[in-house]
Amino acid sequence: MKGGWLRVYAITYLVFLYLPVILLPMFAFNDGTVMAFPLKGFTTQWFVQLAGIEALHGALLNSVFIATITATLSVLLGICAARASTRFRFPFKAPIMGGIMVPLVLPEIIVAVSLLVVVVQVLDLPLSAWTVIAGHTLICTPFAIAILSSAFQGLDQSFEEAAIDLGETRWGVFRNIILPLVAPGIVASFLICFTISLDEFIIAFFLTGAEPTLPVYIWSQLRFPTKIPAVMALGTLMLLASLIILSAAEFYRRRGVARVGGKDSGGFL
Amino acid sequence: MLLVSPTAVYVLLLLAAPLAAVFAFSFWTQDFLTIDRTLTLNNYREAFSDPIYRTLMGRSLLISGVVTLVTVVLAFPIAYFVSFYVEPSRKALWIFLITIPFWTSYLLRVFLWKVILGFNGVINSGLLSLGLIDEPITFILYNANAVVITLAHAFAPFTILPIYVALEKIDRSLLEASRDLGESRITTFFRVTLPLAMPGVVAATLIVFIPTIGDYVTPRLVGGPNGLMIANMIQTQFLKLNNAPMGATLAVLAMCAVTAISLVFVFFNRRYLR
Repeated sequence: MKGGWLRVYAITYLVFLYLPVILLPMFAFNDGTVMAFPLKGFTTQWFVQLAGIEALHGALLNSVFIATITATLSVLLGICAARASTRFRFPFKAPIMGGIMVPLVLPEIIVAVSLLVVVVQVLDLPLSAWTVIAGHTLICTPFAIAILSSAFQGLDQSFEEAAIDLGETRWGVFRNIILPLVAPGIVASFLICFTISLDEFIIAFFLTGAEPTLPVYIWSQLRFPTKIPAVMALGTLMLLASLIILSAAEFYRRRGVARVGGKDSGGFL
Repeated sequence: MLLVSPTAVYVLLLLAAPLAAVFAFSFWTQDFLTIDRTLTLNNYREAFSDPIYRTLMGRSLLISGVVTLVTVVLAFPIAYFVSFYVEPSRKALWIFLITIPFWTSYLLRVFLWKVILGFNGVINSGLLSLGLIDEPITFILYNANAVVITLAHAFAPFTILPIYVALEKIDRSLLEASRDLGESRITTFFRVTLPLAMPGVVAATLIVFIPTIGDYVTPRLVGGPNGLMIANMIQTQFLKLNNAPMGATLAVLAMCAVTAISLVFVFFNRRYLR
């Protein structure tokens, strides 16, 4: 074994990382309302209960709607920025790109309160799904750009030149050459943005209107001890959904790297 | 130029303009239901003189600092292990394994830490059944320690990835050269590896330090009364007390404090960043 103590430490650290993730399904299948050890016995009643909660279904639909629009907008904005930054030079490139990536490090509460101030106090508009979408698009776009940039970076410029020489228009080149090559990157970034938006709470809590998103609904349930096992069941299902979506994203990302002939460096970020 | 403009305009409209609005609000005052738009420094005066704001701000900066230190120190060996000891073909798998827990609902992860650290929680019942303790330990929930543990968990992937990327970039022949020239493994680490990995460490530090100031979920769920942070106060000002100008002032002050500390930190590490 290489690494010795370091390997032991790494495995301990992984246990630390996975501790909450392992507990989630344990309590979801636990036959008891108190979240403590020892576990009581196996049950699936909490999952059955989920099917009967109307407010939950509304929140889920609302979240899926928000996540879909957010992911679409973020990917479109991401394509523009990633293409521009990898292919072209333009004045003030560094500050513009830096500004676009700022939401990645900005505390989310700052994004939330600043949008809240503008929407409610300055524009005097009602809060709705669209205000959440505006905030989520802001924080998802940098992630989309990060993934798409690596997809665009791998493109061989001579493909485009060859297509132009052979009589394609600029748009034709983009449509027929570039888009198919970066398609896996587009799918991957769409899925990542979708997942981020689906899980995001801090911004959604400030900007959501009468219709809560799924995390906002969960937050409201955490206050009631009797509702918590059902929330654990819900969390287990969300974890499964996230894992499936992310595995798909990872699959497409790798295929994208392979398609442009790059070397896989691993990881999303 | 034309291509980047939709994204730039979006950021300008939805980030720069709102931030400017927050800045403007911080100089206004709440007059019952309306906003008094005369420019005044009253909010700032109140923020600096009222001990509750000072305590919260000081505590937030301290907790964020400790979280950052703990997270980076714990994460560095992992990044080092994956970069230097894991076979290249399995590195992607390790990174994937490290990032998975990060994709579970943030709210539920924080809530589960409450379960783990609680009075009847996983740690206490585990230690009790092993006979290591006689009664449940209480110093790990509803205080700043719990906030630090939970946030150190939440930000783990954000620290491991930048450090890992920096370590991957190190030319391995430099390490061999150092060994050939008579340095031991430990001095090689401190004189070659660590300085070359510093850009990643600096990035990781900022990626943890800046957003933790803005977190109000973790302090609310596991922090107890003495673990609340400035973001909880910002949230209360905006949503409960309906005093947007005071909330805006606190937000501006929090941003200024974080930016100032980050700039000082970068300044002291500037020789590694060239």
